[in-house]
Amino acid sequence: MNLVINTLAWLGAFVRGNLVGLGYATRMFLTIMHRSASLLKRARLVTDQVHFVGNYSFVIIAVSGLFVGFVLGLQGYYTLNRYGSEQALGLLVALSLTRELGPVVTALLFAGRAGTSLTAEIGLMKAGEQLSAMEMMAVDPLTRVIAPRLWAGIIAMPVLAAIFSAVGIMGGYLVGVPLIGVDDGAFWSQMQAGVDVMKDIGNGVVKSMVFGVAVTFIALYQGYEAKPTPEGVARATTRTVVIASLAVLALDFLLTAVMFSN
Amino acid sequence: MSSIENIVAGSFKDMAQSSSLVSLKNVDFAYAPGERTILSGLNMEFPRGKVVAVMGGSGCGKTTVLRLIGGQVSAQKGQVLFDGQDIGAMNTQELMAIRRRMGMLFQFGALFTDMSVFENVAFPLREHTHLSEEILRDLVLMKLNAVGLRGARDLMPSQISGGMARRVALARAVALDPPLIMYDEPFAGLDPISLGITARLIKDMNQALGATSILVTHDIPETFEIADYVYFIANGKIAAEGSPADLEASTDPFVKQFISANPDGPVPFHYPGASLTEDFGGRV
Repeated sequence: MNLVINTLAWLGAFVRGNLVGLGYATRMFLTIMHRSASLLKRARLVTDQVHFVGNYSFVIIAVSGLFVGFVLGLQGYYTLNRYGSEQALGLLVALSLTRELGPVVTALLFAGRAGTSLTAEIGLMKAGEQLSAMEMMAVDPLTRVIAPRLWAGIIAMPVLAAIFSAVGIMGGYLVGVPLIGVDDGAFWSQMQAGVDVMKDIGNGVVKSMVFGVAVTFIALYQGYEAKPTPEGVARATTRTVVIASLAVLALDFLLTAVMFSN
Repeated sequence: MSSIENIVAGSFKDMAQSSSLVSLKNVDFAYAPGERTILSGLNMEFPRGKVVAVMGGSGCGKTTVLRLIGGQVSAQKGQVLFDGQDIGAMNTQELMAIRRRMGMLFQFGALFTDMSVFENVAFPLREHTHLSEEILRDLVLMKLNAVGLRGARDLMPSQISGGMARRVALARAVALDPPLIMYDEPFAGLDPISLGITARLIKDMNQALGATSILVTHDIPETFEIADYVYFIANGKIAAEGSPADLEASTDPFVKQFISANPDGPVPFHYPGASLTEDFGGRV
């Protein structure tokens, strides 16, 4: 009987704790959005962070995109060749990348590269009392530190996803056309005819923006709420990768379902 | 408290209450309801233009006093008054406005690690004023000159020593010429030269700016040299108070133990636990 009561009590505390955390995170997100208007006067704060989170993620995103494109070229050719449709390789590579792989893989890589960096940076600022110092100087850390980084993530993610997809298509081309021998004209013309700017590329951009909000906010929230100790920051960094990756995959399913229903 | 301390404390309080910049009135504080009480029924006065030290052992609630004055935490009971205004009753905007009149030096400086020494000192000026770059540069260099670090303006926080970081943080804390400067453990971890420099700077800044200084520390010699008045906190209450000279002459066991750094006394050496006989089974 005690075991049942203890289990129920643990479950109740677990659910309540998570709901409180979710409510707190939502309130923080809304506060950041509310205070973001002041950034219009200080765009430099955002552009600096776009450089930090975007530019530093560029290499890993581009290289990953190239290799994903290579693999898509090989696997796509193998599958399409069975049905004698290898001419559609360009279309397959482009649709796979713009609709799905570009936004999702970019978001996962972004969580690992920029997300962990943001969490560690904010966590260490907290541990070093820099955020408290800012508060005592009558400067709101949410407006001055968190909001510019969030907007930088939202801006950088679609650009990085576009780079990932573009480099991936080049990778698919290199494997499909010069290496395997798919017709050059068919590769590009089928892609041009089959890819819809709004439905395919537009949906991909929407996805990557949503992932940008989710991954960047999770990273910043984890850093802001981290225990101000080396262990606390390390745990927060790990949580960022785990929670952000799961959030990206879950959101991808939801967004894809909504986009398909349309 | 001895009779001399009572007389001194009484006259200081009379003077303080009429001209206090900061007052704590019957303050109770705990970090969460039901948790250990950190401060209980605390009454303190911080008169304008004076250096007042808040001393006590680690974890006695000294830093909490600063956090209460800065509005980073709120008292459960009582009032924290800054220039007659109740900090606990303020909304965020009012609190931000009042914090512009406070400077705080954190224990390890809390410099922004992604900014140079110059930019750290310029930070509050950039955030709260619309000064031209030339005037801002001159102001920052004047502040850095006051702490002897004008030549270190282009260095990053990772390139300077702990003592230098503390001095840069001091320059940043006084950038807006606040009427109140709070120091949280300004002497912790400093070598003797840096320690002497920091103590002298605190006194000089206080005199030059005419500011009120609150010094939270447990370093006796440096504090007694520069403080006008000292509060000792123990168990969340004022255990003793008076001028440094009076406290040095005090016969109060707690004050004597603290000043003489005796390991045992009213503050026990051993953490409360089972007796030796219980733990060693009569073998001792």
